[in-house]
Amino acid sequence: MVGAGAKKTTNGSPEVVKSGSGSSTMLKLKLKLKTKQQELLLRVSILCLVYVLAFITRLFSVLRYESMIHEFDPYFNYRTTLYLTEKGFYEFWNWFDSDSWYPLGRIIGGTLYPGLMVTAAIIYWLLRLLSFAVHIREVCVLTAPFFASNTTIVAYFFGKEIWDSGAGLVAAALIAICPGYISRSVAGSYDNEGVAIFALLFTFYLFVKAVNTGSLAWALASAFGYFYMVSAWGGYVFIINLIPLYVLVLLVTGRYSMRLYVAYNSMYVVGMLLAMQIRFVGFQHVQSGEHMAAMGVFFLMQVFYLLDWVKYLLSDTKLFQAFLRITVTTALAVGAIALGLGTASGYISPWTGRFYSLLDPTYAKDHIPIIASVSEHQPTAWSSFMFDFHILLFLFPAGLYFCFKRLSDATIFIVMYGLTSMYFAGVMVRLILVATPAVCLISAIAVSATIKNLTLVARAKNNNKVAHSGSLKGSTSSSKASSKASLDQSQPFQRNGAIALLLGAFYLLSKYATHCTWVTSEAYSSPSIVLAARGAHGNRVIFDDYREAYFWLRQNTPPDAKVMSWWDYGYQITAMGNRTVIVDNNTWNNTHIATVGRAMSSYEDEAYEIMRSLDVDYVLVVFGGVTGYSSDDINKFLWMVRIGGGVFPIIKEPDYLVNGEYRVDKGAAPKMLNCLMYKLSYYRFGELTTEYGKPPGYDRARGVEIGNKDIKLEYLEEAFTTSNWIVRIYKVKPPNNRW
Amino acid sequence: MSKLLIFLTLIPLLPILTTSFSLENPSSRRVLVLLDDLALKSSHSVFFNSLQSRGFDLDFKLADDPKIGLHRYGQYLYDGLILFCPTTERFGGSIDLAAILEFVDSGHDLIIAADSNASDLIREIATESGVDFDEDPAALVIDHSSYAVSNTEGDHTLIASDEYIKSDVILGSKKIEAPVLFQGIGHSLNPSNSLVLKVLSASPSAYSSNPKSKLSNPPSLTGSAISLVSIVQARNNARILISGSLSMFSNRFFRSEVQKAGSPTKHEKSGNEQFLTELSKWVFHERGHLKAMNVRHHKAGEADEPTIYRVNDDLEYSVEIYEWSGASWEPYVADDVQVQFYMMSPYVLKNLSTDKKGSYFTAFKVPDVYGVFQFKVEYQRLGYTSLSLSKQIPVRPFKHNEYERFIPAAYPYYGAAFSMMTGFFIFTAVHLYSK
Repeated sequence: MVGAGAKKTTNGSPEVVKSGSGSSTMLKLKLKLKTKQQELLLRVSILCLVYVLAFITRLFSVLRYESMIHEFDPYFNYRTTLYLTEKGFYEFWNWFDSDSWYPLGRIIGGTLYPGLMVTAAIIYWLLRLLSFAVHIREVCVLTAPFFASNTTIVAYFFGKEIWDSGAGLVAAALIAICPGYISRSVAGSYDNEGVAIFALLFTFYLFVKAVNTGSLAWALASAFGYFYMVSAWGGYVFIINLIPLYVLVLLVTGRYSMRLYVAYNSMYVVGMLLAMQIRFVGFQHVQSGEHMAAMGVFFLMQVFYLLDWVKYLLSDTKLFQAFLRITVTTALAVGAIALGLGTASGYISPWTGRFYSLLDPTYAKDHIPIIASVSEHQPTAWSSFMFDFHILLFLFPAGLYFCFKRLSDATIFIVMYGLTSMYFAGVMVRLILVATPAVCLISAIAVSATIKNLTLVARAKNNNKVAHSGSLKGSTSSSKASSKASLDQSQPFQRNGAIALLLGAFYLLSKYATHCTWVTSEAYSSPSIVLAARGAHGNRVIFDDYREAYFWLRQNTPPDAKVMSWWDYGYQITAMGNRTVIVDNNTWNNTHIATVGRAMSSYEDEAYEIMRSLDVDYVLVVFGGVTGYSSDDINKFLWMVRIGGGVFPIIKEPDYLVNGEYRVDKGAAPKMLNCLMYKLSYYRFGELTTEYGKPPGYDRARGVEIGNKDIKLEYLEEAFTTSNWIVRIYKVKPPNNRW
Repeated sequence: MSKLLIFLTLIPLLPILTTSFSLENPSSRRVLVLLDDLALKSSHSVFFNSLQSRGFDLDFKLADDPKIGLHRYGQYLYDGLILFCPTTERFGGSIDLAAILEFVDSGHDLIIAADSNASDLIREIATESGVDFDEDPAALVIDHSSYAVSNTEGDHTLIASDEYIKSDVILGSKKIEAPVLFQGIGHSLNPSNSLVLKVLSASPSAYSSNPKSKLSNPPSLTGSAISLVSIVQARNNARILISGSLSMFSNRFFRSEVQKAGSPTKHEKSGNEQFLTELSKWVFHERGHLKAMNVRHHKAGEADEPTIYRVNDDLEYSVEIYEWSGASWEPYVADDVQVQFYMMSPYVLKNLSTDKKGSYFTAFKVPDVYGVFQFKVEYQRLGYTSLSLSKQIPVRPFKHNEYERFIPAAYPYYGAAFSMMTGFFIFTAVHLYSK
């Protein structure tokens, strides 16, 4: 794009040479390019700026903290990337990791989406090839911002495809700083979503392009885009369901065309074959219930094509009607029987819990506590919509209005994408991410169309012709709008009104920009492994307890030591502490997690038996009572009880509650006060004065004085507590020597 | 000059000398004996002499000697401890209850002899080792049916017992013919302790009570629940002997003739000497001490130990087990040593075969399950030190290139794919160029 722009501008110079002689006039004239070239230059420079902006706004985290990997899952991704770059692709592909899920182990190669790691490794190797001596960590840290920048380019082309280049530019600008996207793509947030949103939008763009052009090449390109998406993120299921839904809608609304036929069939078949190459996905495209819609639509397309052909052969409409009825009934019957047989025989697996919980938001809460417990799987609060979308939330319906005004295959697609993803965003807070590109694109249409109309009015002066042609040119404006425009000519304040509205729009957009920057710098740049707080004098206090604890583990425990902790910290312990963990964030084995949950919620002696059977050497708990850090293990504890109780009915949630209330003070349930998690969290805490004017043992995270201050440990001993008590590590004692 | 010559000839012998005192030798060598009264040294000299003649270096000290200590500069000065001081309320020097338990927990052996009027300290040591002496300090074990017949009709507190534990390892292979004389306090085993064993128990008619007072309440300890002599083998293989009678170690008991009440045979000599000598051999690791070494495993046909196995690999496992004979390591021969291939539960459980030279070996196939397995040998036999070996080894699934490249069953599919491709090509060519 940049190259093309440069070419265009140099193309303008012969004219200049022809007309001018001196260099000053040359410069003067050089600026006077043709409108079209001016526009192109403008477009290219805006895109470049947006590209850079998208990158640098995500660097807040590096500036505020340091160049580090964030949160939980990224640590696993980082560890696997490191392995990939060190041992090569085949070792990575066949990697059996004995350091996690002790003693079950985990086949890494077959249970991850390798797209992200391979991408980062390729970037790394490429940079090495170009003699840039970078560390793999830097590559990993900056992968997400880099792909966010690329997403803006895709958003531009997508916007251009569905509306016009103006909308594309606005979409690129909006998505560059949209908090909903930034939340998952700041520097250091080395997670699948970082590249997957790019892949998602790219696939959609290529598919829409394929539908618009009917070109086999674009369809194949979108199949490859889909392949990249499948390799990068489990969210590909959204694509493989949205596209068939879109095709179905087009079929129902009578928009079936040869273009659609070519685009969908080639994309589906090639995409499916390619996706099967990913080990984690394997045969799911033909065997899993979640992918059956795509296959059904594929067969439906063939039936449609057949009918079209028969209709073309048969001139008799009556005969065709009869044929149509027979074919449709047979096709549906065959499809239903095949699906029924497949499901009954177990060949087609039923929908997974996560899929169910998307369609029925209360499903996970009632049936699968392990899914419901994940914070990013919670239903979205209204405030977070506002937080992540800001004015886009209001522009989105406006954009939908414009889309409906100018319905085309492309706008239908973006409308469907927007509506479905908005629904999913409402169900699960993490899916705001998927909705963000759609919201940005649709809002961009609203912004672009509105501003275009307004500027046309504002620039109309008294020139009837311009206003008129403008309203014609902007085909968005309906007949009503154009009649209004012509009516407005008589109104004296029309121009001023338009200018006022324009100013309002710019005010809103600038507010959006400020909001996004503020959110990025304040909320979404925290690595969550290093915590920051404001001290009493307004200074920044850094709590680096996690890394302190993990480095302690790395330095002070035997290399084959097994560490038990709640699964949230598993990836970090293996990546930073380099020790074997019992469970980690890849929550594939519910029973194993439930066993850990049971140990944490049992009395010490029962827990000791469980820990012995799992060869546990160290227990790690996260405790926020000293610092007031609220996402600690005590606050997560009820989930451990629920998950443990889901498998081992001996653990009952009411035992830990008093009148349905969860408390840790004197009024807490006796089992709560003596369970392992409570003891490990509050061991020696009763001696500590955390806050001036409060009794010793005052828990700042929950704002109460703890109920059991005299905690004796029989089977464990304190091994290490970090400086702010956030991480506490206990050693499991060997069995008593003489008993 | 001659001195130098001797010195030079001794130099090559030095390694031999040092090895004989190295950790390889499990038998205790230096033993601290704490006494109430130095007179015990002569009154119990037979027992002490038998120890000394077996090479033990006994260090006799009064229990309240202020200079005694078990360790110095972080090193233990002794390998064993004999407490013949039942009435001592507190030890001199740095020794106390915790120090003695610490001594045992770091792998050293202990013999405790209590008596009636045993002090709280001795009782606490016993309690920590899993036995509880009768709470009444004046109580003695009384047996009106299997007492030792003596010239004077006494109160039947001198009892003769022959209810030994049945173990050649603990009591030696030679059968103890004569009953053992016992006079002292009885104790019971703590049921929650799984390591303590009764070596000599009282007969079913025995009870524990103060012989001087009238029996008003039913005695708390009765019958064969009363243990007279008990042993503990701790998890770290430290051994403890607890006896309720100090006098059973005495020369007088060793030499006295014995006749059990109701039994016509009269033995010239009591069984005490044999019983306690054999038992002391066991306690001081002269017998029943096993060691395992050279745990090896490798794929069948290979020699090197891999870092990871694949499912369905054939592997060979071997371990060497030796027994300490008191002077040297002899091959241990048994047919019941088993190895487990263990991941949360044993997937493979196999008896090891032996070549009778100490080496145990077997071969098996890795189960078709991946995960982190352990080779586990848990060998616990009565009297022997427990062998608990575990070696961790991960088992991985097949790699992508370890499957068969072409399988016969799939030939129809290969055929279908390729015929489809050719068909499509021909069709395209015909369709494009037939006009």
